[in-house]
Amino acid sequence: MNDFLTLMKPELVITGIIFLLLFIKLGKGLKNETMLLVIQVLLLLNFLAGFFFNAEGTLFDGMYLTTNMIVLQKNILSLGVYLISLLFADWFKKSEHMPEFFMLMLSALLGMFFLISSGNLLMFFLALELSTIPVAAMANFDLDKKRSSEAAMKMILSSAFSSGILLFGISLIYGATGTISFAELPQQLNGSPLQILALIFLFSAFAFKLSIVPFHLWTADVYEGSPMAVTSFLSVISKGAVAFIFMATLYKVFQPMHAIWYNLVMILSIATMIIGNLFALRQQNIKRFLAFSSIAQVGFILLGISSNSIQGTTSVVYFILIYVFSNLAAFGVAAAIAAKAGRENIDDYKGLYQTNPFLSWVLALALFSLAGIPPTAGFFGKLFLLTAGASKGSYLFIIIAALNMIISLYYYLRVIRSVFMDKNDEPLDKIKIEPSAKLGLMICAAGIVLVGLLSWIYDYIQNLV
Amino acid sequence: MPNATYIALIPLLPLAGFLMLGIFGRKYFKNTSGIIGTTLLLVSTVLALYTAYGYFFEYGKVDGIYQKLVPLKYTWLQFSEGVSIDMGIILDPISAMMLVVVTFISLMVHIYSLGYMKGDERFPVYYAFLGLFTFSMLGLVVSSNIFQIYIFWELVGVSSFLLIGYYYDKPSAVAACKKAFIVTRFADVGFLIGILILSFHSGTLDFNTLIATLTSPETAGYKSAAAASFIGVSALTWGLALVFIGGAGKSAMFPLHIWLPDAMEGPTPVSALIHAATMVVAGVFLVARLFPVFAISSPNALSLVGYVGAISALIAALIACTQTDIKRVLAYSTMSQIGYMMFALGVSKYGGEDGLGFTASMFHLFTHAMFKALLFLGAGAVIHYIHSNEMKDMGGLRKYLPITHITFLIACLAIAGVPPFAGFFSKEEILLAAYEHNPTIYWIALITSGLTAFYMFRLYFNIFWNKEAHVHGEHKGEGGFAMMMPLVLLAVGAAVAGFIPFGHFVSSDGKRLETAFHLQFSIAPVALGLAGIFIAMWMYKTENNKPDKFAASLSGLYKATYHKFYIDEIYTFITKKIIFNLIGRPAAWIDKNIVDGLVNATGNGTKDISEIIKGFQSGKVQQYAIYFLVSVIGLALLFIYWWK
Repeated sequence: MNDFLTLMKPELVITGIIFLLLFIKLGKGLKNETMLLVIQVLLLLNFLAGFFFNAEGTLFDGMYLTTNMIVLQKNILSLGVYLISLLFADWFKKSEHMPEFFMLMLSALLGMFFLISSGNLLMFFLALELSTIPVAAMANFDLDKKRSSEAAMKMILSSAFSSGILLFGISLIYGATGTISFAELPQQLNGSPLQILALIFLFSAFAFKLSIVPFHLWTADVYEGSPMAVTSFLSVISKGAVAFIFMATLYKVFQPMHAIWYNLVMILSIATMIIGNLFALRQQNIKRFLAFSSIAQVGFILLGISSNSIQGTTSVVYFILIYVFSNLAAFGVAAAIAAKAGRENIDDYKGLYQTNPFLSWVLALALFSLAGIPPTAGFFGKLFLLTAGASKGSYLFIIIAALNMIISLYYYLRVIRSVFMDKNDEPLDKIKIEPSAKLGLMICAAGIVLVGLLSWIYDYIQNLV
Repeated sequence: MPNATYIALIPLLPLAGFLMLGIFGRKYFKNTSGIIGTTLLLVSTVLALYTAYGYFFEYGKVDGIYQKLVPLKYTWLQFSEGVSIDMGIILDPISAMMLVVVTFISLMVHIYSLGYMKGDERFPVYYAFLGLFTFSMLGLVVSSNIFQIYIFWELVGVSSFLLIGYYYDKPSAVAACKKAFIVTRFADVGFLIGILILSFHSGTLDFNTLIATLTSPETAGYKSAAAASFIGVSALTWGLALVFIGGAGKSAMFPLHIWLPDAMEGPTPVSALIHAATMVVAGVFLVARLFPVFAISSPNALSLVGYVGAISALIAALIACTQTDIKRVLAYSTMSQIGYMMFALGVSKYGGEDGLGFTASMFHLFTHAMFKALLFLGAGAVIHYIHSNEMKDMGGLRKYLPITHITFLIACLAIAGVPPFAGFFSKEEILLAAYEHNPTIYWIALITSGLTAFYMFRLYFNIFWNKEAHVHGEHKGEGGFAMMMPLVLLAVGAAVAGFIPFGHFVSSDGKRLETAFHLQFSIAPVALGLAGIFIAMWMYKTENNKPDKFAASLSGLYKATYHKFYIDEIYTFITKKIIFNLIGRPAAWIDKNIVDGLVNATGNGTKDISEIIKGFQSGKVQQYAIYFLVSVIGLALLFIYWWK
């Protein structure tokens, strides 16, 4: 029992919060503003609770497992959710069903926690579904907008399709090896054609969630149609969680088939970086722009994963931590502008610096970090991914990745140029930022600067592997 | 022993200036920012001189060899055993020399800008940027770790970007800073990959260990680097060549030089600091830092350095002969002189008498910093006075700008290699090194030195003689004490720096190198130089039509050089016509016709069904599903049948 409480603590805390919210909602309910404050405090407590009373071990015959690394990964996701609750305060306050929104989001987060902790394909599948279905409902939350419903519909249909293929893959694996336990699978894998087929089916489900090319098509529509809070949840938190479990599965379960998945990861990484970049180049809408650029970022994460080493794990976790700060900061700025001025086009950002210096600097910092320019944390993140990838000795791969970094530099700088250099006779008015959104932006900015400079963070992650 | 705190303060003081002026400058130090920045740098300069004195005369030498000291090393990030990123300070002859050069030139520019930028709206920002640049450059020269140098290398790039684009409301300045940033970023990718290759094989990022590993054939790191090969060239040579590409980008070597002339859009003192005396020699410094590896382990990479340097020197000199914007002439002459430094390294060998090229290159770097900064600052005074960069607006200014005239003349004599000015000595050593080791490069260098004298005096006569001055009314004179003092100090440096026995202090292996003076050898270059000067005098001293006639008689060549050999056009052609047409358009076509078409064709079957629920959603999800399925099947086929 004691084991159960300490090992499953993160999941239990989240479940507790969900129920608490449910009771508050069922009772008298609170004013939206008070409610939001309560939720923010609860999420902060949830994040802080992640640092205490942690243990390593397994439960339910290995169905559920946790290590200090997994706890760290869950903390990163909790931090991201807390930041989302701060950054999109504007939108939450206007929403009629805010508690429900957070219940859904926390359910999805719960799914992700189980996903990262899963030690069995069955658990893995259930958790993946739990982390997806609430998000589809969240995508529908701009209730009066048709595009929002469309996004939800597209998401649920596409992910149902992907789940179908995943289940097929799982059943093939069971057929070929007679087990679905992560601990037992590696001894049974030998690289027979049937197993390769199963690997690719499984892989496609991961690739779908991570929007890896060519499984990325749903991304743009869903990201654009959903409310900004959902888009950022999808592109940061979901992707982070799936990247963690993806890496763990490849490294631990499919280690015997390493030679095969290395090539798979390599070609898809190249395709993802190139296609993501080419599309991001043409986008005018800031949400679509961030969506496609996040596809390109996933290409880099794959590069780190391809290294199949301790360094690979460290660099990916480190990069995702930075990515949480950078991407959420960019979305946060876009959301503040969209909420107050209703503008989402990059052209509307011209001359933003004249009226909104704070937002402009945060946006610049975030985009510099996403582009990987020193001394922001993003530079170190990309660099460690490159170094990890380079350890396999495929120089062509590294060269392509480095060239893609330059291409991405171009479009990130294009936005910064609009903000700082382009003259605009009618720039956006001075935008009043919600205090909590301002706090969130400051936390992100501090994270972007500090995570790169404080070298012990990287060491800390490395020691957990 | 060296005092690490003092040395660390040398870069940290300008950084403090940057932070202070950058954050509080506009509010609190509106008028005093120049004085603050200059004072901080003055302290840095004194510390740098103190450090260099201590190193060269007190503790640097052990048994007659200058040591590589590491007085400060802070491990910033430990990757694994042996591989770590450190922030440290390395003290050896070249870094001690560079500390002095960077701080001194930067100090001169700081002082000069007090007058030149007076009244500018963003005065504090300007000094903040200067501080950032000085910090980055100083951090670069003392880096003890190849990764540390890369970080500062990027910072130098960023601060140069900021300074070139300082007049950000001028479209040409914005275009220029973008161009500089993009071109050098491309080169930096080479540098980064080079670093990865070298450190991967040697298993370290620390300069001293890396050089030690890659220069001794018995180590495992050397063996793996020499054995691994790609297209028939060893990984070691690739690594070094890629690092050199990074250096060539920053140092504006052919064919990556196209950003330098455009960079002249920045304020003139900035051109003097960054694009003449300090930043552009970073590439030379980088090659010099890794020189033992180049010279001992990879003669091929070293000869690449030599030929690229020589070609750059010649091409830039030719182009400089036809330009009419005085800052552009100086920009091309910078490129040409850096070419000299590069090929001097390229023809050098490691150690002893054969290491003359290394010493000569560093010597030229030192003297060049003096006279090139002087030329730019002088040109700044001229531009300040006449409000134009074009030669045709100038002429006869010697009566109006007497101090500028004399100091500019000294700088021209120095760069033309006329004895006893500084450039003569360093250039002689370079030519001697080339003569002994590579005749082809020697002849290129000799022709270039004649051309140098010609275009410099073309510039000099066009500014100060030629036609009568058309100066309109109210003028402030030469621009006050703040602008004249640096000119005079630098002129003294340009006149006497050549008498320093440089080989006693800086040589490839740290031992004392005696540089003899060969009278017979000097006849040819000096004669050529004087000939260049006299031709320039004959053509440009008075207003006449000789230059036009001359240009007409050589019209093809003249046009080609006037248009800088069409190199910019070639780049535009390659990017716009070839890359866009051959890659961009077909990719768009495939995207539009084949990919979409395929998806459409396969999706058509399901489309009929979708008609019913079309009102509800766009009808694309089926296509996504088809696409998904095709991808899965495609990958499965690929990996099961072809890629086993």
